Amino acid sequence: MYNFEYEKPSSVVDAVAALASDEAQALGGGQTLIPTMKQRLASPAKLVSLSGVAEMQGVSADGGLLTVGGAVTHAEVAAQASAYPALARMAGRIGDPAVRNRGTIGGSLANNDPSADYPAAALASAATVVTNAREIAADDFFQGMFDTALDEGEIITSVKFAVPQAASYQKFVQPASRFALVGVFVAKHADGVRVAVTGASEEGVFRWGEAEAALSADFAADAIAGLSLDPSGMIGDLHGTKEYRAHLVGVMTKRAVAAAT
Amino acid sequence: MTKVSMTVNGTAASGEVEGRTLLSSFLREQLGLTGTHVGCDTSQCGACVVHVDGKAVKSCTMLAAEADGAEVATIEGQAAADGSLNAIQAAFQEHHGLQCGFCTPGMVMSAAALLKDNPKPSEQDVREYLEGNLCRCTGYHNIVKSIMAASGQDVSALAVE
Ligand SMILES: Cc1cc2nc3c(=O)[nH]c(=O)nc-3n(C[C@H](O)[C@H](O)[C@H](O)COP(=O)(O)OP(=O)(O)OC[C@H]3O[C@@H](n4cnc5c(N)ncnc54)[C@H](O)[C@@H]3O)c2cc1C
Ligand code: FES
Ligand code: FES
Repeated sequence: MYNFEYEKPSSVVDAVAALASDEAQALGGGQTLIPTMKQRLASPAKLVSLSGVAEMQGVSADGGLLTVGGAVTHAEVAAQASAYPALARMAGRIGDPAVRNRGTIGGSLANNDPSADYPAAALASAATVVTNAREIAADDFFQGMFDTALDEGEIITSVKFAVPQAASYQKFVQPASRFALVGVFVAKHADGVRVAVTGASEEGVFRWGEAEAALSADFAADAIAGLSLDPSGMIGDLHGTKEYRAHLVGVMTKRAVAAAT
Repeated sequence: MTKVSMTVNGTAASGEVEGRTLLSSFLREQLGLTGTHVGCDTSQCGACVVHVDGKAVKSCTMLAAEADGAEVATIEGQAAADGSLNAIQAAFQEHHGLQCGFCTPGMVMSAAALLKDNPKPSEQDVREYLEGNLCRCTGYHNIVKSIMAASGQDVSALAVE
């Protein structure tokens, strides 16, 4: 890993100022960024640690809204997001305990790995990504593999989840990486059902519209029995073919509907 | 270079580090605490697990600068001052929980983190908690058995392959 300057501001304002310099990059838990830098796939001149920013900490529930600070770790969400059990369970199954003790929600969403869990949760929950500059609806946030609506130097300060009436995340684990081979987050809201799929598409996380329509009419696993996804555009690799992944999306969606609480 | 100060196994420690210095490198190369092993250096194997403010972390995937001001615990601090093993270490010895021993520091530190939060884990709890700790020798059964035994549970019925 190439050397870099390290800075640890204690407020969002100072973090944004520190990120304004050339080739500066935010450091969340480092569980993606440090391995990437070791491989020299990233070589920022400066890392701005967000771990000392108190306003980006904390999980709070108010009415039907759960707010998670941008620097909150996966382990903290697992332990503290009891107002949204499906989200807490999802966070509690990311990677392994040591990864969960460091990795953060802000880092996971900003990274938008095509097999990551949080993007599916945010999209299915119709979450709002709050940054230092604006609020971005999850539907506008994810813009394809490793791409998001974030501008250069913009940081996720919190994420707001509207707690659904019922929800479940079903993850088919790729056992070597512990990421999702396919993961489906189903959330039943007052105004309809949302189905978000990770791990499957070459475009990254996506909503499965046909399944949403069928499940909004009848929230039962059988309601999607006749549906199938087109395998073209799916990820195909040594862990699973395009056809396998397309099939798995249907299976995991049915399981999620059956398990939704 | 920045100066970092932390408490390591109850003793104050400090040093000058670069931005890129990993906690694992600081512990091993600057403090000489080579019990923390670096197996993969790619965040996969868990041989480098230490506790930072009571939480298990992979020290190869944390900057030393991020641990400034923290309480760090490593394998060197697990035995008593007179060298007598703690309950987890003794159980690993008793139940043959190691062969080459390379993964053992990380296994013991992960086990200690688990038992702090969950003093009487089920076998399933132990296996899930060790998701990020790889062992190339033992086949895991005796590691799980050791940790169950360290928690004071009867392990006579557990698999012994
Ligand atoms: C062994 C292992 C297993 C894993 N398994 C899984 C898994 O099963 N599922 C899963 O989803 N993930 C998994 N991960 C990834 C993990 O969840 C990471 O924690 C996460 O992807 C990145 O979060 P971070 O806080 O570590 O971010 P970092 O690595 O610090 O940063 C990642 C990117 O986000 C940017 N960034 C960080 N914080 C912010 C912020 N607040 N605002 C804007 N940009 C920011 C950084 O600049 C960088 O570009 C795994 C990782 C490892 C090492
Ligand atoms: S050396 Fe840190 S996880 Fe393998
Ligand atoms: S005892 Fe050899 S790697 Fe675990």
